[in-house]
Amino acid sequence: MANSSIKIRAKVKGGVCEVKALINHPMETGLRKDKKTGKVIPAHYIQEVTCQHNGKDVVTGMWGGAISTNPYLSFMVDGAKKGDTISLSWVDNTGAKDSDEGEVK
Amino acid sequence: MNMKRRVFLKGSLASGMVAVAVGAGLITPRQVLAAWPKEAFEAKNVNDAMKGIVGAELAPASDAIKLDAPDIAENGAVVPIKITAEMANVESITIFAEKNQTPLIASFNFSGNAQGYISTRIKMGQTSNVIAVVKAGGQLHSARKEVKVTIGGCGG
Repeated sequence: MANSSIKIRAKVKGGVCEVKALINHPMETGLRKDKKTGKVIPAHYIQEVTCQHNGKDVVTGMWGGAISTNPYLSFMVDGAKKGDTISLSWVDNTGAKDSDEGEVK
Repeated sequence: MNMKRRVFLKGSLASGMVAVAVGAGLITPRQVLAAWPKEAFEAKNVNDAMKGIVGAELAPASDAIKLDAPDIAENGAVVPIKITAEMANVESITIFAEKNQTPLIASFNFSGNAQGYISTRIKMGQTSNVIAVVKAGGQLHSARKEVKVTIGGCGG
């Protein structure tokens, strides 16, 4: 948990669960140049994000390099109850991946 | 410095990739969304990008989409965006920044109990329109808002 790149907070309010997630990732577009060497910094960004509620897909995202560094993502799920599980996983363009889950509060 | 970079980009990248994107867009106007749509993400203008990801160049404006974005973003590297689609059966929300080098930013698909709402932070290279395209019940809808960017966040 401590080393995960993902932080998830899910809270029920008025029957709707709001999920907020933060991911630690450089999200390098591949368009920037290193100021010292003048070389282009290679692209390194998350391409696919999958969010699940109790093991079922709710939101899936396809991202380009134009999502900000250390991406923030928030969405709403109807009918999620306290104690339910919200999980998030990502895959970047280098094939690296990570996933984590959080309990609805 | 900047001028050289422009010329370099135009010469080497733009011509080749636009051709590829347009070609792909014409042959397969509706891409299967299961795979990450490389052509759409590399398209250099909004029309090609839109065609590549949602299958159409134009989407009628709709008041049922609320697009929350700042009027002025001091830092283009972090522009908070919030989109609420107040319609039934929202299938996907796709975000574009019109004048980014690659305008397509992200596309979100919804299933199960997810509501038509997404909030995230995006990068913008310069002042331009942010466009949200919502697919609901097989129909496309869009909303746009201009965001003034003081310092660009796409490759300086």
